Amino acid sequence: MAYRFDFAAVFDYTPVLAKGVLVTVELIAFGAAAGVAAGIACAWARTQGPRWLRPPVAAYIEVVRNTPFLIQLFFIFFGLPSAGVKLTEMQAACLAMAVNLGAYSAEIIRAGIQATPRGQFEAGASLAMSPGQVFRHVVLRPSLQRIWPALSSQIVIVMLGSAVCSQIAAEELTFAANFIQSRNFRAFEVYFVATAIYLLLAVLLRALLHALGRRLFDPGRAR
Amino acid sequence: MIEFSTWDILRNLLLAARWTVLLSLAAFIGGALAGIAVLWLRTSRAALPRRAAWAYIELFQGTPLLMQLFLAFFGLSLLGLEVSAWTAAGAALVLWTGAFLAEIWRGCVEAVPRGQWEASASLAMSRLQQMRHVVLPQAMRIAIAPTVGFSVQVVKGTALTSIIGFVELSKAGTMITNATFRPFTVYALAALIYFALCWPLSLASRRLERRTHAADSH
Amino acid sequence: MPLIAIEDVRKRYGDNEVLKGITLRINPGEVVAIIGKSGSGKSTLLRCVNGLETLDSGSIMVADSQLVPDELHLRALRRRVGMVFQQFNLFPHLSAGRNVMLSPMVVKKTPEAEAAALARRMLDRVGLADKFDALPDQLSGGQQQRVAIARALAMQPIALLCDEITSALDPELVGEVLGVVRELAEDGMTLLMVTHEMRFAREVCHRVVFMHQGRVHESGPPEEVFGKPQTPELRQFLAASL
Repeated sequence: MAYRFDFAAVFDYTPVLAKGVLVTVELIAFGAAAGVAAGIACAWARTQGPRWLRPPVAAYIEVVRNTPFLIQLFFIFFGLPSAGVKLTEMQAACLAMAVNLGAYSAEIIRAGIQATPRGQFEAGASLAMSPGQVFRHVVLRPSLQRIWPALSSQIVIVMLGSAVCSQIAAEELTFAANFIQSRNFRAFEVYFVATAIYLLLAVLLRALLHALGRRLFDPGRAR
Repeated sequence: MIEFSTWDILRNLLLAARWTVLLSLAAFIGGALAGIAVLWLRTSRAALPRRAAWAYIELFQGTPLLMQLFLAFFGLSLLGLEVSAWTAAGAALVLWTGAFLAEIWRGCVEAVPRGQWEASASLAMSRLQQMRHVVLPQAMRIAIAPTVGFSVQVVKGTALTSIIGFVELSKAGTMITNATFRPFTVYALAALIYFALCWPLSLASRRLERRTHAADSH
Repeated sequence: MPLIAIEDVRKRYGDNEVLKGITLRINPGEVVAIIGKSGSGKSTLLRCVNGLETLDSGSIMVADSQLVPDELHLRALRRRVGMVFQQFNLFPHLSAGRNVMLSPMVVKKTPEAEAAALARRMLDRVGLADKFDALPDQLSGGQQQRVAIARALAMQPIALLCDEITSALDPELVGEVLGVVRELAEDGMTLLMVTHEMRFAREVCHRVVFMHQGRVHESGPPEEVFGKPQTPELRQFLAASL
């Protein structure tokens, strides 16, 4: 029996898909901002920070990078309430994404910092700047510029990973797809369309990050 | 209500972890074979195989693994095939792994200096001979560290197969949580087991990376 | 009253003793050149003076303050003693003007407008008034080094340490940098310069110090050091360099 594809059945639910896309965008917007901020902080801690801070930061990075995002998400959403921390689906999803991206971006940014020529540190120091001032004004921006492509790739990877947040009922795109297919029983068509949307989101996100990189680091805009 | 000890939980998780290991191995081996095939197409001189391989890689790298699992699970059953979660999971993971490994290995082939190609060509070797005797041996040496590094992603990827019903470590975690109402303990232990599987691979990859670069700086 | 007093400074790297007891006093307004073969310890000595290298023993006093190797004291020292590097070390993501303004704003909390005016004056002083908005990679080596000098001057130091500041420049660009240094010397800036430029040392410096294998081998006014070398090592060095 030949299966008859019925994509129209999917587009009846366009508003649902649109909402899902919106929530996905929300997740990655927060996740990327908070994750990169966390990554900068951790990279600073591992390269310039006090000695006692390094083992806990290293532990955080190693644990997150060596466990699945799904488990991290479940632990935050289902596990933390036992320890007294109750979060909504969106809060848990955003936190999990930030925590996940934070660990990966920490390593990427650290590599960027460590590729900074020693002369830059010495010049900053010889101008009586404190290590913190040298980090903030001299080292950080060129380091980010150096690793921007790798960091952008990682952000796209985490955006695609947000599909997993459907498992705690965060109403992003995958959740929307699950909802639609439970209504119209057109699982293949729904997931096909959702996959196409993800592909488009990935392309757009990559372009956005590329443009952002040029805006932040473009020589013509030396601030 | 039955009382479960922490040891009970851990024991059940470890039993399920065997399936994680099995699926990871199957995905990795299958993915390696797929990767070689895609790599061969990707580096072809003809435009069509090259573009097809490029599209394949873009598709599998640009969409969520979860979606790929859903499509495999629901898509294959459309074709009239009896699809178990294991089959769908295996198929999707093999295709996904293949795309990533192909890209990693392509980078390693391109890292072999142009002069090697030119020297072997000037010795009248065919393209196949160049690859086999000169370029691939060197590319493989460079490829060990990132390939081991990617195996970590494969192990972590198997966690998503729980969502289409494959009973591995994560699914066991969900099931045990529902039975014991101790999500903190269960997921912490599950994380621990994943960590025990992945961390040695991560360390090995870093060590191999250092050795590769140390050798290069001679 | 010496501005910089270096007393019996010793430093070793592992088994290698790089500075074997250096004693040197620099007076205010003095321009001192340090010459010698590579490996003689010249740059290391210079870098000890502003704390980029630590001392194993001995002491350094700058303007009556003992050099103490903790962060706070070092930063206070570096506000008074500036350094210009062989590799310029300009900040690539900032324009020339911003390079010069950065430290006054961040360290001395100078308001931006005032810092900008200061930067313009400093760039003007090194002959680069029109390059305020230029980025380092748009400038020649000589121009970059002059910006580096302006950057160090913006902190209004009492002394400048110059570590082979023309060694990385193409020959035709050396002159413009030395011209700026000459003017600084004429304005009365205290300068301690590690240099290979013998002719410049002869014309501009009050004193020349020849270092050999971690020790001050000979020192004196340029006419004496260049004209009447006392030791075979200095004679050999001069023969090879001139």
